[in-house]
Amino acid sequence: MQPSAGDDALAAAALLNAEVTAPRTGEPPHDPGYAISTRGLVKSYPGPDGTTVDAVRGLDLDVRRGETFAFLGPNGAGKSTTIALLCALARPTSGHATVAGFDVATQPHDVRRQVGILFQHSALDPDLTVEQNLRIHARLYGLPRRDVRRRTAEVLEPAGLTDRRRFPVRALSGGMRRRLEIARQLLHSPSVLFLDEPTTGLDPHARAEIWEHLRALRDRLGSTLFVTTHYLEEAENCDRIAIIDGGRLVAQGTPHGLKAEIGDDRVALRTSDDGRAREVVARTAPPDRPVTVDADGTWLRVPDGSAWIPRLCAALEAHGIAVHAASATPPTLDDVFFHHTGRSITTTPATTGGGR
Amino acid sequence: MSALTLQAPQGTERGRAPRLRHELRAIHALVHRDLLRLACQRSHTALVLLQPVVYLFALGGGLATLIPAASLGTGYQTYLFPGMLMMTVQTPAIMVGIRLITDRQSGYLRELLMAPVSRSTLLLGSCAGGTLVAAVQGAVLLSLAGAVGLPYDPVLLLLLLGSMLLASFTLTSMTLALSVTLRSPELFHTLLSLLMMPLLFLSGAFFPLESMPGWARGLATVNPLAYGVDLLRRCIALRVPDQAAVGGIEWAGRQPPLLLEAGLLLAVGGLTLLWAARRFSRPE
Repeated sequence: MQPSAGDDALAAAALLNAEVTAPRTGEPPHDPGYAISTRGLVKSYPGPDGTTVDAVRGLDLDVRRGETFAFLGPNGAGKSTTIALLCALARPTSGHATVAGFDVATQPHDVRRQVGILFQHSALDPDLTVEQNLRIHARLYGLPRRDVRRRTAEVLEPAGLTDRRRFPVRALSGGMRRRLEIARQLLHSPSVLFLDEPTTGLDPHARAEIWEHLRALRDRLGSTLFVTTHYLEEAENCDRIAIIDGGRLVAQGTPHGLKAEIGDDRVALRTSDDGRAREVVARTAPPDRPVTVDADGTWLRVPDGSAWIPRLCAALEAHGIAVHAASATPPTLDDVFFHHTGRSITTTPATTGGGR
Repeated sequence: MSALTLQAPQGTERGRAPRLRHELRAIHALVHRDLLRLACQRSHTALVLLQPVVYLFALGGGLATLIPAASLGTGYQTYLFPGMLMMTVQTPAIMVGIRLITDRQSGYLRELLMAPVSRSTLLLGSCAGGTLVAAVQGAVLLSLAGAVGLPYDPVLLLLLLGSMLLASFTLTSMTLALSVTLRSPELFHTLLSLLMMPLLFLSGAFFPLESMPGWARGLATVNPLAYGVDLLRRCIALRVPDQAAVGGIEWAGRQPPLLLEAGLLLAVGGLTLLWAARRFSRPE
């Protein structure tokens, strides 16, 4: 139903072939203004019994410099594989990707020098102290000895870990470890920072703190942040969002734009008799608007939802159905996600929006 | 180039610094990590050091009364000493292999793999770290030389330390090759415990090789531990002829030259490390 980004690219290519003199619709793929740019990125793994598993199927992605970009998708959608490809940890099966101006296939060392990555699972040496972990990283990235001490102090300060620098990592809280890992990735001054589920496993307070920290870093350093998350309210705060499903990009845009694309508000009614209310609402509402009855009551999607509430209530009262509550909600990112993938991302409702 | 211009004064230096210097810094990082771990895991280090001491005095002390010095050319504890030095360097060598596997499981390996250096460098750094830790621990055990009747001759101690470095390099390369190949920690542990005992018994560490049957002597000639023990023993014979132990590795009834044995250990270690590095560098 929704044209995929791949189709867009095909259309653009067809346009270019047809009319060479016409101005290009999209930006060139390796525009220096892009921190990340991929074209037709594919990664396949050998699966069991000689089959092939396609983790990423033809990804076209453009992330601007200084942007906070959210990569949203259900588990197994290909998010981590994409990050591994963009960090030159894995080689693409086909397609191209440039990160910070370097090709991931032919210049992996340059790419890695320019990126930092926060892995989904902690990758610190728990036996060593905060400072020791940082120093080892700095040397691994080839920082000269005289810079190591200064940079260590510089990244510890904003992370709020200066007074813990001599503590062994195993004595830190989860939030502190996360901040230490972010600090460690800043040691070599990357221009692109990949964050794979940066707040998974943290309590709401620590999650809010990490985001505050990340936003402050972005404002101060101007780095590009590429974040995968399944917390919708985290994606909401990003400049742009890409939704990936089954290794393909299904939607890309600003949170506002994506929601505007769906456009319709969700109107929900709580009535004394939802079964009959459904019929009445279906007759009153514009045609071709499916009316659903579930635990939330009776609901449907219509443009300008709040204007419909008085009309629907009047119709229901006329049929002797009492309306207990009525609401009109603009589309959420979950709605956007549902619209493009046919699924809801909130698989574990207890973990979303808990502390806000 | 970098967006972090405010904080990246090394950005300009970065481009000019030769590639080799970066690789050397990464090796330094890995060696540094091993030494830091050695320093912060004092109780573990103490236990590792205690093991050969227990063998030397509990086993050696007991057997010394049973085994006449005439059949060995020296007292049993003196005879056992090179074997104990080998045991001391063997443990850190194995630890390097175990570390690679636990790092893979804990995710720390990904942090290492992200470093902008070649994967061979990472393996080389691990090997250098393991070798150095082994040498440090071996040096501690060398302080017991007096207790088994060897003089504190600086040349002898240096020769022994050098031989231990060489043997631990070869052993570390071999465990690294094993841990790069076997990704399952269970398999790695099982295989090691299966291999280590016979390797040690067939090395001449506990009893002279010529007192063993022909097939066992044949196996000893392809046992790197046997060459390590032989090297240590011949260093002692070189400096303290009256404590020279009998026997050792023989090729067709003749003792190979000392330098050839050392060269062989170095070559085997180097080739194994090269093979492991190639395997480790395979793109995913």
